[in-house]
Amino acid sequence: MSVLIPILWFLAILAASTAAAWLFRAAAVAIAPRNTARALRGAPLTASFGMFVIAVYLLVAILAPVLAPYPERAVIGSQFMPWSETHWLGTDNLGRDTASRLIYGARNTVGIAFITTALAFLIGSILGLWAATVGGWIDQVLSRFVDVLMAIPSLIFSLLLLTIFGTSVVNLILVIAIVDSTRVFRLARSVAQGIVVMDYIEAAKLRGEGMWRLITREILPNAMAPLVAEFGLRFCFVFLAISALSFLGLGIQPPTADWGSMVRENATLITFGDVTPLLPAGAIALLTVAVNFVVDWQLHRASGLKE
Amino acid sequence: MTDKPVLLTIRDLRIEGRSEDTWTQIVKGVNLTLHKGEVLGLIGESGAGKSTIGLAAMGFARDGCRISGGTIEFDGIDLRMASEAKRRGLRGKRIAYVAQSAAASFNPAHKLIDQYCEAPVVHGVMGRKEAEHDAVELYRKMRLPNPEEIGFRYPHQVSGGQLQRAMTAMAMSCRPDLIIFDEPTTALDVTTQIEVLAAIRDIVAQFDTAAIYITHDLAVVAQMADRIKVLLKGEEVEEADTRTMLAAPTQDYTKSLWAVRSFQREAQAEAGGTPVVSVRGVTAGYGPVRVLKDVSFDIHARRTVAVVGESGSGKSTVARVITGLLVPEKGEVLFDGQALPADYRKRTRDQLRQAQMIYQMADTALNPKLTLRELIGRPAQMYLGLQGRKLRERVRELLHLIELEPDEYIDRLPSELSGGQKQRIGIARALAAEPKFIICDEVTSALDQLVAEGILRLLDRLQGEFDLAYMFITHDLATVRAIADDVVVMKEGKVVEQGPKAEMFQPPHHPYTELLLSSVPEMDPDWLTRLLEEREAAKVG
Repeated sequence: MSVLIPILWFLAILAASTAAAWLFRAAAVAIAPRNTARALRGAPLTASFGMFVIAVYLLVAILAPVLAPYPERAVIGSQFMPWSETHWLGTDNLGRDTASRLIYGARNTVGIAFITTALAFLIGSILGLWAATVGGWIDQVLSRFVDVLMAIPSLIFSLLLLTIFGTSVVNLILVIAIVDSTRVFRLARSVAQGIVVMDYIEAAKLRGEGMWRLITREILPNAMAPLVAEFGLRFCFVFLAISALSFLGLGIQPPTADWGSMVRENATLITFGDVTPLLPAGAIALLTVAVNFVVDWQLHRASGLKE
Repeated sequence: MTDKPVLLTIRDLRIEGRSEDTWTQIVKGVNLTLHKGEVLGLIGESGAGKSTIGLAAMGFARDGCRISGGTIEFDGIDLRMASEAKRRGLRGKRIAYVAQSAAASFNPAHKLIDQYCEAPVVHGVMGRKEAEHDAVELYRKMRLPNPEEIGFRYPHQVSGGQLQRAMTAMAMSCRPDLIIFDEPTTALDVTTQIEVLAAIRDIVAQFDTAAIYITHDLAVVAQMADRIKVLLKGEEVEEADTRTMLAAPTQDYTKSLWAVRSFQREAQAEAGGTPVVSVRGVTAGYGPVRVLKDVSFDIHARRTVAVVGESGSGKSTVARVITGLLVPEKGEVLFDGQALPADYRKRTRDQLRQAQMIYQMADTALNPKLTLRELIGRPAQMYLGLQGRKLRERVRELLHLIELEPDEYIDRLPSELSGGQKQRIGIARALAAEPKFIICDEVTSALDQLVAEGILRLLDRLQGEFDLAYMFITHDLATVRAIADDVVVMKEGKVVEQGPKAEMFQPPHHPYTELLLSSVPEMDPDWLTRLLEEREAAKVG
């Protein structure tokens, strides 16, 4: 019997996820405008599940003050209280409500990761597309500079920069965005190099189009598919990088709730066989998997594979 | 021929292709019988299902396709029922395939002879040593230069025509009973095509191999096939002996195919005044390699100058010099008597507007992510400053000009158009700039003959309406006959002969022009045999 119970739990969760994914897709198809609905109808269940999870995270992040039973930073009880009616997931090492902090953590961790990734893409893709379009010494200088930055392991480089510039949220976003933009630069540049040799780019140049229009209207739309896929992956990496930095004490600073630092703060509980400290880690894992499901689907669509 | 035993029988073959999750029939019940040693020509436009049927003869369906009905029987073996292992045993050994683009079909990382030996060794027909020996023998039979040595080169080290012959030799390596040739000479120049055709014909006859020869070029199929089957949209139109078919086609569609080459432009008045474009003593190249050597010619308003030559003759490089993409070492380009800045980036917007270009491959010349509205509208917006409603009206007008219904097409993407329609969009985009001069770079060579003819007629009409001057780059002399006023023949970066079309097509010719003209396949099924005999005689004499 003792073997059966975890298996039953697993099957129950699988069934629930599938049902949720299916319902979510059905609802999305019904609500979305015609063209989007057609694309959604073709989405596999994994992608629907991914979108469903992302939607839930977004809702939680936006509605955090409404959903959370207690404030983010208030000490409301004694340390390490067990799960109960009033404190669903108990309290943490300072006596703050874990469930509330988990909810607010969605806002901080996901929000910061999103802004960071967006910034990394803005810098990386514009510079990458520009370098590929202009070529010559500008391309050489930019690419070699990026090579130098990429030669340094990213986590160590971020740690170094954060120690130098101090650990504020703005610094955190800027440092990770710049470190990550080097990877985006590489991708954008190599994708664009395949596009700039096409006849339509030659035609646009001969027409006398300016650089900005060349990049945004002629090249970017054709480089979009791999960039979108990379955005999803990059978002996961950034997310994990922030959590790792927080765990090391250089990321999002207390008392702000953050999933990475929550694991570290309550790590002692693990030795007592309590799973509570692993819940933020689980939240990170779930989002990462969900994002990758969606990315896989988008990649598949973009590559035009039939089977 | 027909007294020989039957080798391949296809009955009621149905093949479906998948698009957007629904299966549609692309081959609708085709029957085919092939005897040992017989060559069957399959012809039709693109989309007729020629290649699909060719592959099905090997029991193979491309990705996204499936054989949904009918039987394919090869020498008593039902290929649809046979196991994949059994089919794999037949492929390469008893049924071989020669693809259209040998350059894309060879593995660039291996030497030709290694790729040659793979099939016979894997199928256990002969040992490696023996296979190498055999390769040299077949290379010699295919009249490849240096047969002992050529196999040890990599695919990029030999020319396109040689590669196509090496591919045919490779297909022959196991002495198959059946070879499927899928447009083996379509990508080649006329002069190279002759050599490949002659070599293929000889070797097929010598080994008594049956062949399915797929092509859209009637003149070519007339030389190669014993019987011809005409296909249209996955259905058979008619089938007959080559001579019967050529002499007396019964179906209207076949007749229309036969009549395609009839388009002839009206003669234009003699040129006068200042030429629109004048290329003066241009010498240009890439790095140390000189591609153009002292090239000069004029293009007058309302006239079409055809620049003819084989690949590598520098005809596209002339276009790059005129458009300013390549800065020449010497010489200049005059527009209306005024010298144009050599670099396009130094030209004024108006100078850019006056000279437009239509590309060979409409697929790569149109941004796949922009709608026709933007593709065609952008030049009008940029050069003529049209906005809002005026711009919309102009785009609709342009679509009318190229004979596409504006309401239906204006918001489509290039991927939602056929090949001929895409090329029309290329034309509309050039027209949107309201230019005086248009360069047409092999605009019809990627299209079927019927579609190509439509494009030529359209270009001709537009020339009359807007007083355009055309520079027509092509290797197809049939196109030259149809549309040119003046002809410039190029070889190895030099102009070997130029003048009005009437003079060019009348003897005496420059020897190179003669070679080009005589290499254009004719519909007469004895043409190739006769030509080869004549050339042989000339060599001896």
